[in-house]
Amino acid sequence: MQKLGMGQAVNQALKEEMQRDPNVFIAGEGVGVSIHVNPMFPTHGLLEEFGPGRVKDTPVSEAAIAGLAVGAAEAGLKPVVEIMFNPFFTLASDMIVNHAAKLRYLSGGKSSFPLVVRIKSGAGFGAGCQHSHNLEAWTAHCPGLKVVMPATAADAKGLLKSAIRDDNPVIFIEHMGLYFAPMPVPEQEYLTPLGQADIKRQGRDLTVVTWSGMLGVAMGAAEKLSQEGIEMEIVDLRTLTPLDRETILTSVEKTGRLIVLHEATRTGGFGGEIAAVVMEEGFRYLKAPLRRVTGPDIPVPASPPLEKFYIPDQNDLIKAAREIM
Amino acid sequence: MNIPRKKQQEMLWTMILSRKFSDSLVELCRIEGKIPGMMILSTGQEAVGSGVCAALKQDDVIITNHRSHHHLLAKGADPKGLMAEIFCKKTGCNKGKSGTLHLTVPEVNAPCTTTVVGATLPIAVGRAFAQQYTQEQAVTVCFFGDGAADEGSFHEALNLAALWQLPVIFVCENNLYAGAQRYEEHTRVKDMAERARAYDMPGIIVDGNDAPAVYQAALEARQRALDGQGPTLMECKTYRCRGHGEQDPQHYQPRDEIRAWQEKCPIPRLSNMLIASGIINSAELQEMESMAESIVQEAVRFAEESPYPEPREALEDVYV
Repeated sequence: MQKLGMGQAVNQALKEEMQRDPNVFIAGEGVGVSIHVNPMFPTHGLLEEFGPGRVKDTPVSEAAIAGLAVGAAEAGLKPVVEIMFNPFFTLASDMIVNHAAKLRYLSGGKSSFPLVVRIKSGAGFGAGCQHSHNLEAWTAHCPGLKVVMPATAADAKGLLKSAIRDDNPVIFIEHMGLYFAPMPVPEQEYLTPLGQADIKRQGRDLTVVTWSGMLGVAMGAAEKLSQEGIEMEIVDLRTLTPLDRETILTSVEKTGRLIVLHEATRTGGFGGEIAAVVMEEGFRYLKAPLRRVTGPDIPVPASPPLEKFYIPDQNDLIKAAREIM
Repeated sequence: MNIPRKKQQEMLWTMILSRKFSDSLVELCRIEGKIPGMMILSTGQEAVGSGVCAALKQDDVIITNHRSHHHLLAKGADPKGLMAEIFCKKTGCNKGKSGTLHLTVPEVNAPCTTTVVGATLPIAVGRAFAQQYTQEQAVTVCFFGDGAADEGSFHEALNLAALWQLPVIFVCENNLYAGAQRYEEHTRVKDMAERARAYDMPGIIVDGNDAPAVYQAALEARQRALDGQGPTLMECKTYRCRGHGEQDPQHYQPRDEIRAWQEKCPIPRLSNMLIASGIINSAELQEMESMAESIVQEAVRFAEESPYPEPREALEDVYV
């Protein structure tokens, strides 16, 4: 099986979908000619293959980029636009929150907006808080959007292909920390359905629900705890909305314990939503109070020791696990 | 200017229909419990919608804003569907989901009415991009007010549309007021059309109460767009004869200013001209007025008699 970084897997998905459907086009800042000439990056080589008619480099204009997607999608095209870094979502947010998410509803179901907004995300680059800020909970809070956050290259490819074929607006958030670590990706064509979590590790003692860049932390911690005889079950959410409640609840029923792990800050984070779902629908399964392991409620700092302090790590997860075992 | 007789009659007709539509809403929205939400009317601005839409073909698209009724009627939207939606009824063109402010009529290529000031512009850019991408022989018209030109989205959209030479006509309906702010209180730029120069596109100033002039300018802008010469910023100077909404007491608008503009009303202006030039006679004008009146009355009757949606229909139409 081929081994690809997540950026390369995204690249394959874009390439396959653009070959399949002439209505798919990509647009954004540096999606064609980029300041990064790196084959590990998601849009590398697409301009050369598909030309400037379908690979649209835009001015630094996030509202226009998102508006481009909304208007073009209404006409039946399949735009895949890129917001360079998650914090810049704020500049595009009116088009996404008030328009992509709501215009179908306002039309009484007459219109649809089959667009994808790819957003590069994640801490760990020393870039500071205006380039690193995980805002997935904001988008998950908007009915009308679907929010996808893959944790593996293979899932990224299959999920992005499904997102492009979905007739709803999809926010597709890629953790840049996953761009550079090669992971196995099937070579044949496949689609990974939106709205289905995936159990990445079976275990009997404790459920960890996580997504995106934190999957690796969870898997590493699980191996260590296994040596102590504690078996964690790792649920990779993959899609935040629509949320796969069933997989979460089935796992918690089996293990009786829950930790939600995410890189985003704690207050108002999506971990609270998972916790609420389990309290409302699975309280009777719990043998111990559930826990959240998250970034602290601070902007992501630039200095390496401070940023390391911010990002939840294996020790944080192991500590929380021991507390509730 | 040699405008076909039929076009001139069409403009007069859609203006009369729009005015009757607005006038009925002036009364209806004051009846307690009749119409939910705000009421924003386009009284006095009809020549902009009618003039621009008369220059368009069916395949052309309009993206419009909170003051949309005259645009939508001029584009051919069914008055019954609009009125029922304004009443928030199940039979409304958007099943009661949009109400008066976000009326959406994709079947006449009016796929988006947005109340977020300035938001029509980036969406119109996207819609025009699709026309360019598919090499469709059609254009997109983007309606917005003078207040919207102060939003960042205005500048992003004009820049991108010019850069890519998109087939879009930006129609700034300058009605002299943005909320309670008079034009000079929100910008130092004397004419909004002047801003076109910053993006290297034609900026045209039109008398927005002169329907044939609006038509002519839109026709030329449309042709430029179809010829691959990109966007035009068209500033139509008109006047907001009523408040921002019907609840607005207009205490900041001088009475004599309102009166002076009422005298420049675009409807008698065109009808007098058409009678003088023999394109219609006064009997035909009366006929148009009574026909518009009965269409509006029928739309109101339809809206009033229609049921509200079932509460659980609120859950439908979020996702495909």
